[in-house]
Amino acid sequence: MTETEIRQAIADSLRGIAPEADLAAIPPTSNMREALDIDSFDFLNLLIGLHTRLGVEIPEADYGKLTTLAEMIEYLKAK
Amino acid sequence: MGEYKMPSLGADMTHGKLVQWNVKPGDKVKRGDIIAIIGTDKADIEAEVYESGTIGKLIAEPGQKLPVGAALAFIEVAGEASAIPSPTTPPLAGPMPITPAAAPPGPVAPVPTIMPSARIHASPLARKLAEELGVDLSKVQGTGPHGVIERHDVESAAAAAQSAQPAATELPKSVSGEATSGMRRAIAAAMARSNREIPHYYLSTQIDMSAALKWLESSNVKRSIENRVLPAALLLKAVAKAVEAVPELNGYWAEDQLKPSKEIHLGVAVSLRTGGLMIPAIHSANEKSLETLMTDLREIITRTRAGRLRSSDVTDSTITVTNLGDLGVESVYGVIYPPQVALVGFGKIVERPWASQAMLGVRPVLTATLAGDHRASDGRRGAQFLDALNALLQKPETL
Repeated sequence: MTETEIRQAIADSLRGIAPEADLAAIPPTSNMREALDIDSFDFLNLLIGLHTRLGVEIPEADYGKLTTLAEMIEYLKAK
Repeated sequence: MGEYKMPSLGADMTHGKLVQWNVKPGDKVKRGDIIAIIGTDKADIEAEVYESGTIGKLIAEPGQKLPVGAALAFIEVAGEASAIPSPTTPPLAGPMPITPAAAPPGPVAPVPTIMPSARIHASPLARKLAEELGVDLSKVQGTGPHGVIERHDVESAAAAAQSAQPAATELPKSVSGEATSGMRRAIAAAMARSNREIPHYYLSTQIDMSAALKWLESSNVKRSIENRVLPAALLLKAVAKAVEAVPELNGYWAEDQLKPSKEIHLGVAVSLRTGGLMIPAIHSANEKSLETLMTDLREIITRTRAGRLRSSDVTDSTITVTNLGDLGVESVYGVIYPPQVALVGFGKIVERPWASQAMLGVRPVLTATLAGDHRASDGRRGAQFLDALNALLQKPETL
């Protein structure tokens, strides 16, 4: 899948979690949870949203590889 | 025939506003049905009916602000003979000034006058936002299911109105500031009452979370991502089971005595993106499986943040749990939410040197705290609760 598709899926997943979030304004190497001010519950919801939209399995052991926006995009591109 | 009265939806709620009726005279309702939306300082709450029966005359009209306990409607309870009631509260012709039943906690916000109108289908959050932004809901096109007006519809309408009149109108007030002013007043009233009335004592303990996290990780491998359990749910289950052994921590202080609750309804502190927090309840948490508890936690957090709480969500908690671990805080010394008698706090799980069986190692460590009401329990009982909590988390498979 392309980076554009992944960005769209992230933006769509965030709509119900942090509606005011502007993906373009999130520094790619910043901690996503801190930048978006979301808790572990909403982070799990974000990952569930990505799983649903992109059909990607994200094992719990991989959560640490999805800390920043750049990491998240790279991880999903490789899937 | 009984009366459906303005419910008390918080520790210091003295009045509420009838935002909307979801029923009309003659409608049959059953216990638990949502029959109205009640506005409080904190949020609009979906009010449930406590008895099954048939709705009679609607006494209160949308827009009215009334004291807790004021009659809102008549309801003919199922099985009761019909009779013409003599109202204890006279029917009201229109919006009236607030008459608090008790000393008000502080200045009361001006009551907007809302005239009864054709029913508009909008979420409670959308209604609250519309009121704050001055958006007329009758002119908003809903894009939600069945045309229900949702938050973003109101925001779009407000943005459109603003761009249509860029210079002629006063700058809109901060949404977050408006949304949180009532919230802050409500929190201020409850917390000031707590500090004024409750002699708190505090205890804390450090818990080795190795076994709990290892067990959770291995059990989560078998679960799909939608069903994975967060450590927060495991902690809630452990609190619910531990409090079974120390009932003095579970219940209310009222009429100068402890009124322990047989049911264990965990109040979960949920922060809102607009500021402030709500404490909805997870009912009978000690009797639920971990998976069910996680599902309930997800549902209640989602509804809280969407502004769709029900009256039973906000009135039934018997003990509160607050977890600030996501923010890096190591320990939480909380303020008890009256009339409850205890609050359990959790911080972040951090790696720490840990001595065990004459060996020094590194373990994930959680600091658990208890704020107890010294009128209802003593430190020894509080210590027994934390000890039970620790023991349960060392055997997570039993939770």
